[in-house]
Amino acid sequence: MGKKLESNFINMVIVLFAVTLIASAAVGYVYTLTAGPIDNAKQAKQVNAIRQVIPGEFDNDPNAEIWEKETPDGGKLEFYPAKRNGELVGTAVKTYTNNGFGGKVWLMVGFNPNGTISNYSVLEHKETPGLGSKMDLWFTKNGKGNIIGKKPGTTGLKVSKDGGDIDAITAATISSRAFLDAVNRAAAGLEGSDISSGATQQNNN
Amino acid sequence: MNNLKVLTNGIFRENPTFALLLGMCPTLGVTTSAINGMGMGLATAFVLVMSNLVISLVTNIIPDKIRIPSFIVIIAAFVTVVDMCMAAYLPSLHESLGLFIPLIVVNCIVLGRAEAFASKNKAIPSILDGLGMGLGFTLSLTILGVIREILGSGKAFNLPVFNENYGMLIFVLAPGAFIALGYLIAVVNRLRKTN
Repeated sequence: MGKKLESNFINMVIVLFAVTLIASAAVGYVYTLTAGPIDNAKQAKQVNAIRQVIPGEFDNDPNAEIWEKETPDGGKLEFYPAKRNGELVGTAVKTYTNNGFGGKVWLMVGFNPNGTISNYSVLEHKETPGLGSKMDLWFTKNGKGNIIGKKPGTTGLKVSKDGGDIDAITAATISSRAFLDAVNRAAAGLEGSDISSGATQQNNN
Repeated sequence: MNNLKVLTNGIFRENPTFALLLGMCPTLGVTTSAINGMGMGLATAFVLVMSNLVISLVTNIIPDKIRIPSFIVIIAAFVTVVDMCMAAYLPSLHESLGLFIPLIVVNCIVLGRAEAFASKNKAIPSILDGLGMGLGFTLSLTILGVIREILGSGKAFNLPVFNENYGMLIFVLAPGAFIALGYLIAVVNRLRKTN
């Protein structure tokens, strides 16, 4: 091994500057390479989620006809209308709740034109693995807490513990409440009613 | 130490998880499933190899007093590269590892090997050391992940082994990580003694 560079002020400034400069240039270069694919992956996930929650075919681009709605707590719901031959076949709603066991939960919920739930897809969550994370299958047609075909409307769906008729995930009532809160928020937003109502108020225990 | 020994050193004798007990945070945090453990291990292995290589090459032009910040900047650059590449090409894995990828920067194994090995050795042994340590880390995380996944949810690498309803949930949660890791360390220690 050769001789080490001496630790004097000039050397240290120059070397540290060079190291950070090269490192940031490298990171910047990789960023320009990956920015496109990262965006595509996110976009693809969203489009897949829309496709999954809307029953049947649609021929428009729901991303292009997106409309949004502010919620009272500062959030934002996104509505993706799916149309075939100009006629509405369903609306996918990107919705969220703040009441998850691990913070925010993002869902894509599909509604038929008559307001019933056609399907849903969990976009992002931080619920406990093995408990709350079961929400991706639990509320589907073959799951125990089936919500498909139900119409939340403005009153909202509730878990059986709160007097509703949806079975909560075993040992994950908080996650289940949060899930339904997100669904209700989407339904209420779609119905055009005041979206601060619904099940959001009941999750304090 | 010859090159082969350098390589195998990290896999068994100085396995970062079971022998050195370094990098416990990602070990306990991400091993809820075998795939997660393996993904985290491989990401760390890549960072280890690359940072060991670069540090062994530049160590002579880095003054001693600023070696730690310089090493951290180099490691952080590689971690960011891994993070972005994973988000671009393996979005589902990136999602489940989430927070733990950026945290590779502060994984003690990476800085530990940079300081203890790469800064004192030439490029080739440094690469091998990084590879050995990385594979050792990957191996132990995968083993831990498989055990927790099987006991917790009845699956291994997402393939069903037995009915999920008979899984012991505690092994998916944090306490299970400590229990499984404790027993694994005991087993590995016993094996090391008999060798």
